[in-house]
Amino acid sequence: MNPKRKQRMLIILGLVSGLGVAVGLVMYALSQNINLFFTPSQIATGQAPSAQLIRVGGMVADGTVDRDPQSLKVAFDVTDFDHQVRVTYEGILPDLFREGQGVVVQGRINQGQFVASEVLAKHDENYMPPEVTEALRQSGKLDQIKGGQQQ
Amino acid sequence: MIPEIGHFALVLAFAIAICLAVFPLYGYLSNQQGFCATAKPLALLQGLALAVSFGVLMYGFLAHDFSVKYVADNSNLDLPWYFRMSAVWGAHEGSLLLWALILAFWGVTVALFSRGIPDHMSALVLSVMGMISVGFLAFMLFTSNPFVRILPFSPANGADLNPLLQDPGLIFHPPMLYMGYVGLSVAFAFAMASLISGKLDATWARWSRPWTTIAWAFLTLGIALGSWWAYYELGWGGWWFWDPVENASLIPWLVATALMHSLAVTEKRGLFRSWTLLLAIAAFSLSLLGTFLVRSGVLTSVHAFANDPERGVFILGFLIVVIGGSLTLYAIRASKVSEPGEFAWISRESFLLFNNLILTVMAVSVLLGTLYPLLVDAVGGGKVSVGPPFFNAVFVPLTAILVSGMAFGPLAKWRQSEDPRLFRPLIVTLIVSVVVGLAWPSILGGQYSIGTAIGVALALWVAIATAVDFVKKVGLYGGVGTTLARVERGMIGMWLAHFGLALTIFGVVMVENHTEHRDLRMGVGDSQNLGPYDVLMTDLTVINGPNYVADQATFEIYQGDALYKTVTPQKRRYNASGMVMTEAAIDSGVTRDLYIAMGEPLDGGDWAVRLSVKPFVDWIWAGAFFMGLGGFVSITDKRYRQRVREEKEAGAAEGATA
Repeated sequence: MNPKRKQRMLIILGLVSGLGVAVGLVMYALSQNINLFFTPSQIATGQAPSAQLIRVGGMVADGTVDRDPQSLKVAFDVTDFDHQVRVTYEGILPDLFREGQGVVVQGRINQGQFVASEVLAKHDENYMPPEVTEALRQSGKLDQIKGGQQQ
Repeated sequence: MIPEIGHFALVLAFAIAICLAVFPLYGYLSNQQGFCATAKPLALLQGLALAVSFGVLMYGFLAHDFSVKYVADNSNLDLPWYFRMSAVWGAHEGSLLLWALILAFWGVTVALFSRGIPDHMSALVLSVMGMISVGFLAFMLFTSNPFVRILPFSPANGADLNPLLQDPGLIFHPPMLYMGYVGLSVAFAFAMASLISGKLDATWARWSRPWTTIAWAFLTLGIALGSWWAYYELGWGGWWFWDPVENASLIPWLVATALMHSLAVTEKRGLFRSWTLLLAIAAFSLSLLGTFLVRSGVLTSVHAFANDPERGVFILGFLIVVIGGSLTLYAIRASKVSEPGEFAWISRESFLLFNNLILTVMAVSVLLGTLYPLLVDAVGGGKVSVGPPFFNAVFVPLTAILVSGMAFGPLAKWRQSEDPRLFRPLIVTLIVSVVVGLAWPSILGGQYSIGTAIGVALALWVAIATAVDFVKKVGLYGGVGTTLARVERGMIGMWLAHFGLALTIFGVVMVENHTEHRDLRMGVGDSQNLGPYDVLMTDLTVINGPNYVADQATFEIYQGDALYKTVTPQKRRYNASGMVMTEAAIDSGVTRDLYIAMGEPLDGGDWAVRLSVKPFVDWIWAGAFFMGLGGFVSITDKRYRQRVREEKEAGAAEGATA
């Protein structure tokens, strides 16, 4: 093997093993850091793991937002019109958080309540997070929203 | 009538793009000079047609022509004129028009500034750019036409521009970013042209180097502006969210950074030829992928506005054609690329190889994390999301590795530099950066953060090594002035960019580890402690803006007993759309930003308020500014003009011997 070939072999070996290790580490980091998505119905029927960081999407049910008068604590129901989940959160809600609008919350289930660490509302009037659409599609209530929303 | 002129110009540009894609290529393949010579005039005509089209759309906004659906959807009688101008690229259709216009603009610059390049080569380059243009213009005309009219019943007023976008940051962010994204098409087109022609030596690298550098500089500034805008306009006070669309711009940036460095090796030493070709293809393909991710709405993101599956399918198809086509051509031709000789294991080229390796791994891991939810969903694994913990876990250590190597490259010599004396200045650099780095968290006080120590040491490592390199050159040339006048501009650009990266790293480390942040309930008369300051809410009023009504709070910031500053954050409700927006009050400073934002109204007249002190946050964007500046300085090098002459002489000589 001439030195030029040998060097190229070494580089390729280095590249392949480097990339292999990197992809392996990335996949490991992914498996540790992905957040699974659940619908309110799945949570109500106990299909979601407790104590694990998950996401729930749906609509904020009308008339369910309760604020604590002393602090920034707030609670509300997220619904897919089949079941609803009580969500508690402490902090500032996003500007576009409103009753009857789509929302995605991230957090953990704790004693039947969903304790949110993050609340994500949509950023645009006509935009529905894919997760919420999915949750409503699964509960068969997507039409209910599509009809009611101005396009 | 006027919008139809814009529409007509768009159709005309489409027809010109088809000619531009076909004629020069045909001319090259059939060896007919006449057809090749059409490339430059066609590129200029295409630019003109798209400028007319863009101008007409802008006129529609300025003149409140709500019979144009796009204007009606994104403007309003109350919208100030400057936002009506930037609203042109505020939504899907118009931003595509901007994309196409910028692509045509780069085509025009290639046509005008490629006199030193053989005619058949520039013809091929423009032809490849014409092909890309055909794809984008077809996409616009068939799925996203900005000139669709609402007739005869056009609305009397528009729906208003998304309030998030009613901000000076948005006037510049998309055009900058697109200049970068689309600018990478030039490097791509050069790579494709050399693959088509089979002239696979290092000359294409020399030609495409300034184009790549300038595209990279625009991309850098575009990303930084986006980050800055998110920081003060989204009202969250973060500067980077690992949002899929941010990632979509970061991935091509990482690959373009790698490309810039490998082009240097290919130009100077003729090495890594096939790798550089592949990077050029990858950089542009990834910016197309970025456009696809933004525009198709497949991902949950700030930027993913309306979903439209038809558009997604079109872009996906286009993406497959571009990536598939270019990689196929690469696969056929790359075996013919000759790599002259080997290189020494300790040399500038080996350090640049290291740079490329790490940057590629970074790009691949961000790409994997971004696409993972799509992949899982596609195989029926349900909806998942990948958040910042993943990206931080992967990106931060890789950056540390990359930065560790950064000090060596500039000091090393081309070919071989096994002489250890070359790296001797780095011993002092290492000692100083480690000592200061370790001491830094103690100087700050509070809990000692080892992350800060490492981060600061790395930033210093790069900054000092860059300074050492500069001082060495000053010693060589005798004087700062002579040095700056005599060294290659690319060298000055590199110093600026590396120094900028050090600033950015320092800013990131400080903000991420030492931000003081509290969400509180506050009413008029309440006072809260914020770092060395006391913040007192003194007033709450309602303000009428041009197209919004705002709740405005007044905060007095006290330093000890002295009043330091009065600030007025707002919570705006935009009249037309009813959307609510946060206008944070930010007091910027060299060493820290004070950030006060109103959350939401609570019972009893109180407000949820977010207070933060963000140390050195502006250094993040200052660093990006230096990087961009470095890029612009690099391309002013006179050798890019000199080369043109040499090239002609060499070409003439070649012609004579043939």
